[in-house]
Amino acid sequence: MKRRKFLSSLTNLTLLIISGSVVKTTLRGAVETYLTDTAGAKKRFTMGIQTQKCIGCGRCVTACKTENNVPEEPFYFRTWVEHYVVKKDDSVIVHSINGGSGEISENIKEHDVLRSFFVPKLCNHCENPPCVQVCPVGATFKTEDGIVLVDEDRCIGCSYCLQACPYGARYIRPATHIADKCTLCYHRIKKGLNPVCVEVCPTQARVFGDLESGASPLVRLKRMKNTHVLKPALNTEPKVFYTDLDGAVK
Amino acid sequence: MKKRVTGIPDPVLRLGIVFICFIGIVLFIRIVIIPSPLKETGSQRTSAIERELSREIYFAGSDICSDCHDEESALNRSGHHKYLSCETCHGPALEHTEDSEILPSAPREREFCSQCHTYNLSRPTGFPQIFPIAHNPLDPCISCHDPHDPKTPEIPGECSACHAQIERVKIGSPHFFLRCITCHETPEGHKIQPRLVSSTKPVEREFCATCHSTESRVEDTPKIDFLIHGEDYLCWQCHYPHRPEIEK
Ligand code: HEC
Ligand code: HEC
Ligand code: HEC
Ligand code: HEC
Ligand code: HEC
Ligand code: HEC
Ligand code: HEC
Ligand code: HEC
Repeated sequence: MKRRKFLSSLTNLTLLIISGSVVKTTLRGAVETYLTDTAGAKKRFTMGIQTQKCIGCGRCVTACKTENNVPEEPFYFRTWVEHYVVKKDDSVIVHSINGGSGEISENIKEHDVLRSFFVPKLCNHCENPPCVQVCPVGATFKTEDGIVLVDEDRCIGCSYCLQACPYGARYIRPATHIADKCTLCYHRIKKGLNPVCVEVCPTQARVFGDLESGASPLVRLKRMKNTHVLKPALNTEPKVFYTDLDGAVK
Repeated sequence: MKKRVTGIPDPVLRLGIVFICFIGIVLFIRIVIIPSPLKETGSQRTSAIERELSREIYFAGSDICSDCHDEESALNRSGHHKYLSCETCHGPALEHTEDSEILPSAPREREFCSQCHTYNLSRPTGFPQIFPIAHNPLDPCISCHDPHDPKTPEIPGECSACHAQIERVKIGSPHFFLRCITCHETPEGHKIQPRLVSSTKPVEREFCATCHSTESRVEDTPKIDFLIHGEDYLCWQCHYPHRPEIEK
């Protein structure tokens, strides 16, 4: 008799625990959908880049370094501007301009140039970020508003994410030895300011906005212009959009 | 055999003690040893997000500047530099907005303006560019151009001010003596509001034929048989009009 009672209370207990957790998850799911539905709060911040407007002045690069304490040395970047020169023999020369304007190197003759332009680059805040997948300690994560961030407390500086990022958007901070990258100026945009590179751009080559909002300049840009993303074949679903992207850009 | 304490069989009691110790150790590790930021298991990391949000801001954004500098702001908004933010030139100025004793820098040297305005063939057509060595080299730029409302003291005589690359290319070509307006009908307004008032471009083959067809009466031009040469293509699909070359 005793044994029977013990066994039946044990099953009751297990049932209670299981049903409790089921109720908890469904409740939480319901509350979350309720919140996002009512507030329309879900945001997807990102950037559009009008390549044909970029004059390669490098103000964005220097301002980003100041705002985000990125080391001065020319090989640490959260955003950078690539200078493309396509020659008449179809060879493509690319280099990253550092701060100042992109001078064409002396051994390229103006006569040999077919076309030439600048392409600003930054973290693409992919929908499918490979850096998040490879991180062994889960230090890189995507926020609800679609921004990929690095958790300083968890990062062990193993550099896997640097290898995994197809866009070369990350670097290791020399002082702390942790991975660092563009946060789309998370500390500014959450306070209603523009990312600093957008703020200082003299030609509106960079456009910032929320893809979910109807009135953001970014949505307007996407509506009016034909946009492309970098390396679409990799299925990383990048969120930084480019207009007038030249075929030579990689 | 010891006295049974509570009537629970001995093996069960021992197993129970081991079990309780095990739970105790797990709880200890979980509560005391693991640092709190690592305990969040979801994909949302409140601590990391809070750290990002608390980072210092250096650039104030140009909206706030107009509170105290309405004159400069109004001027800047109406001129050619309207898309330039104050801090593009004056550098990070959040500190200054909180304490106006700390003055931001004002870039008065020629090198600063030249970062954007030096001629570079990669810059988009229409962007105003100069050769700093040749463009009034002895004076600072701001002695002739107001940085908040840069105007050219007089309307640039020709198109080279904004289409420097095309001018450069044309100078070295057989078409060097042709004026831009021979081929492009350009209203005066284009030089002031280039994006609103546009310039025309030739659209038909016949245009080039006026000088180059065998029937043309213009002298000293190489002639082609308009009806056969290049057939259905526009002339500028093969010859760049600003530097027509014959590549064999
Ligand atoms: C709270 C009011 C206030 C705000 C906001 C403010 N300023 Fe000022 N600013 C001042 C005062 C006061 C001076 C000192 C004027 C003087 O010395 O004649 C000054 C001077 C300056 C100067 C002159 C420096 C020089 O070398 O002569 C610059 C440039 C300037 N401000 C830029 C800015 C910019 C850019 C912003 C926006 C980010 C800004 N200010 C916002 C009050 C303000
Ligand atoms: C193209 C770069 C540029 C931009 C953009 C710019 N400034 Fe200036 N600003 C200058 C320079 C250069 C001076 C120094 C002028 C001088 O010494 O005559 C200056 C001077 C000033 C002064 C000092 C006033 C004086 O006459 O000495 C103030 C105040 C100022 N700027 C505010 C602003 C504000 C506010 C904005 C944004 C609306 C702004 N500036 C945008 C380049 C710029
Ligand atoms: C960050 C880049 C940047 C800097 C620095 C800058 N400019 Fe400009 N400038 C521009 C842009 C963008 C335009 C507008 C071009 C257009 O209308 O397409 C412009 C236009 C001009 C024009 C042409 C106006 C016209 O008639 O078309 C002049 C003159 C000029 N700037 C002078 C200056 C001077 C002087 C300085 C230094 C105080 C300076 N600029 C600094 C970006 C810059
Ligand atoms: C002595 C006066 C003087 C100085 C100094 C001067 N400019 Fe000019 N600038 C002019 C005049 C006049 C024109 C128009 C005629 C021309 O194209 O040369 C002009 C034209 C320009 C234009 C072409 C814009 C357009 O729409 O035509 C730009 C850009 C420009 N200047 C920038 C600068 C910069 C940058 C500096 C400093 C490195 C500078 N200027 C120094 C007098 C000056
Ligand atoms: C104040 C600077 C400026 C001056 C001076 C200027 N242009 Fe332009 N031009 C521009 C800009 C900016 C554009 C690009 C407009 C656009 O993209 O909508 C342009 C575009 C053009 C185009 C191309 C239009 C098209 O549909 O692609 C032609 C042709 C042209 N200009 C001819 C001229 C000629 C000829 C002159 C001299 C008589 C001249 N421009 C003087 C700024 C200028
Ligand atoms: C022989 C006639 C001719 C002359 C002279 C000429 N153009 Fe053109 N231009 C053309 C033609 C034809 C096109 C159209 C080319 C095309 O669509 O590929 C064109 C296109 C352009 C464009 C837009 C496309 C581009 O190449 O950027 C601009 C801007 C322009 N011309 C400016 C100028 C300026 C400035 C001058 C004087 C320095 C000039 N042109 C002289 C015939 C001419
Ligand atoms: C106003 C008359 C005129 C017009 C219009 C004109 N050209 Fe020419 N072009 C000339 C003259 C003159 C020469 C010869 C210059 C020399 O070799 O001395 C020439 C030379 C050429 C050459 C030969 C270059 C060489 O290396 O011998 C080509 C190709 C050419 N033009 C193409 C064009 C095209 C394409 C157009 C239409 C967009 C055009 N031209 C419009 C007057 C004109
Ligand atoms: C399908 C490409 C093509 C088109 C379209 C074309 N050309 Fe040519 N053109 C050439 C080539 C290739 C040559 C040089 C070989 C030759 O002499 O036939 C040439 C040569 C010329 C020459 C120099 C002839 C000489 O004897 O030196 C002139 C002038 C010229 N073209 C004008 C024009 C004009 C005007 C048009 C438009 C009505 C035009 N071309 C359309 C390809 C083209």
